[in-house]
Amino acid sequence: MAVSQPRLRRPAVAGPLQQAAEPAVRLSNFVRRFGDNTVIDGLDLSIAPGEFVALLGASGSGKTTLLRTLAGLDPAGGQDVKTPDARAVVFQDARLLPWKKVWRNVALGLSSGDARARAETALKEVGLGHRLDAWPGTLSGGEAQRAALARALVREPGLLLLDEPFAALDALTRLKMHELVLSLWREHSPAVLLVTHDVDEAIALADRVLVLDKGRIAAEERIALERPRAPDLRFQAIRRRLLGHLGVEAQSPHQDGAHGEGHLVAFPTGEVVL
Amino acid sequence: MSLATTYRISEPRPWRWPSLARARWLSPVLLLALWELGARTGVIPPRVLAAPSTVLETFWALTTSGELPRNLLISLARAGAGLGVALVLATTLGLISGLSRWGETLVDPLMQIKRTIPVLALTPLFIVWFGIGETPKILLITVSATFPLYLNLFAGIRGVDVRLVEAARSFGLTGWSLVREVILPGALPSFFVGLRYALGVAVLVLVISEQINAQAGLGYLVNNARDFMRTDIIVVCLVVYALLGLGADALVRTLERKALAWRPSLVEQ
Repeated sequence: MAVSQPRLRRPAVAGPLQQAAEPAVRLSNFVRRFGDNTVIDGLDLSIAPGEFVALLGASGSGKTTLLRTLAGLDPAGGQDVKTPDARAVVFQDARLLPWKKVWRNVALGLSSGDARARAETALKEVGLGHRLDAWPGTLSGGEAQRAALARALVREPGLLLLDEPFAALDALTRLKMHELVLSLWREHSPAVLLVTHDVDEAIALADRVLVLDKGRIAAEERIALERPRAPDLRFQAIRRRLLGHLGVEAQSPHQDGAHGEGHLVAFPTGEVVL
Repeated sequence: MSLATTYRISEPRPWRWPSLARARWLSPVLLLALWELGARTGVIPPRVLAAPSTVLETFWALTTSGELPRNLLISLARAGAGLGVALVLATTLGLISGLSRWGETLVDPLMQIKRTIPVLALTPLFIVWFGIGETPKILLITVSATFPLYLNLFAGIRGVDVRLVEAARSFGLTGWSLVREVILPGALPSFFVGLRYALGVAVLVLVISEQINAQAGLGYLVNNARDFMRTDIIVVCLVVYALLGLGADALVRTLERKALAWRPSLVEQ
């Protein structure tokens, strides 16, 4: 992974500085077909080192295909796909191996002798220092997802791929996970691609939000708000625009201004159903 | 309505006579008692069936004389050898056919054809090929135990959660390390089902293969006893066979408990 200039340690707001660096991820005119079905159609994407990008899109828009390509799980077919060598994925389901204790799951594939120590450090960082020797089957959903985050971070990835990692969590756990992901991102500053279909989540976390539609990037929104981001008027404006790109008329559920509350009533799962 | 029922259960119950409704030991004990009574009164002559007490005495005598342990060991060695070969064979074939499409194409049809031939029907052929020594006995056990082991390992490998395999691949596991860390542990629960079945079949085939001109072993003991109409010895051997089956089951259970400790159990232990 080529990083030609020092990264921002605490990139609170996405700035032009990050744009100047050699991108961590670059796809140009990327096409992916399954039979006659063109899932990704001439996609251009570049992510700067340390940049947090959220990818929004309806089901079937090609989000997952794009993520799998970047993760190296699908063959790129000789096309121009540049990614860092160190990549890690956190899936929607934690995908911990149930027959390995938590720390062994985190240390999976690490070859160095200090694997246990590294796994321990990573698990402590996500607040699971007390569950090192637990079986994954005994973890709660939030704990399992934190273990999955530890497993991703222990590899010091240059690119962290998050495939709807919070979709299966309850609303409170999800908010805690948002904070955790942001603090881990600040600490390790990998480039992040978060695939989600929760517009609020994307605005709350990312430097840049992309809307994927029919295998192309239909819209791009740079979020120049200070973190932590309150759902103020600027937030609402971005939200309305993004929902417009997604073909949903915004009904402005945030009448009371308190983040989450009105939203929770309107959409119990915290997601905009697309 | 259901709430009311819940409360009623938690109330202290008045003392009652111990109920025999769940006494599962009762009918076997009654049967034994009737059998003993029949033998003592002469309704059941000893050449038809020896009394339980006689069987017990014979069991003791055979054990102390060393005759039973010696023959049991020989039988166990046969079963062990047959199972050992079957284990190696089935694991190899199961891995080949479970891990690759062409492996399945090559191996699976042969195993399915083998399955359609009743193992015991191979006995005459095996005697022609290998004579009446140890080889056909061990081979019969091998052949019979291979299929359940193979089939369950194959199914287990194919049933491994592809999402776990994918996750492991995304963390850089490939080839043999992927097989060792993800695929084999994932297939293990199914493999144990096969192992349990194979042990059962092995005991069954052991009984029959030992009827082939055995010079030692439990089968030899039974055959000899038949010639002298010693029903007590026959029953002793039947009990030993039953204990072998139970022991095999207990062995697999122990292995499972150790190897599958990670599995959240549906029923409280």
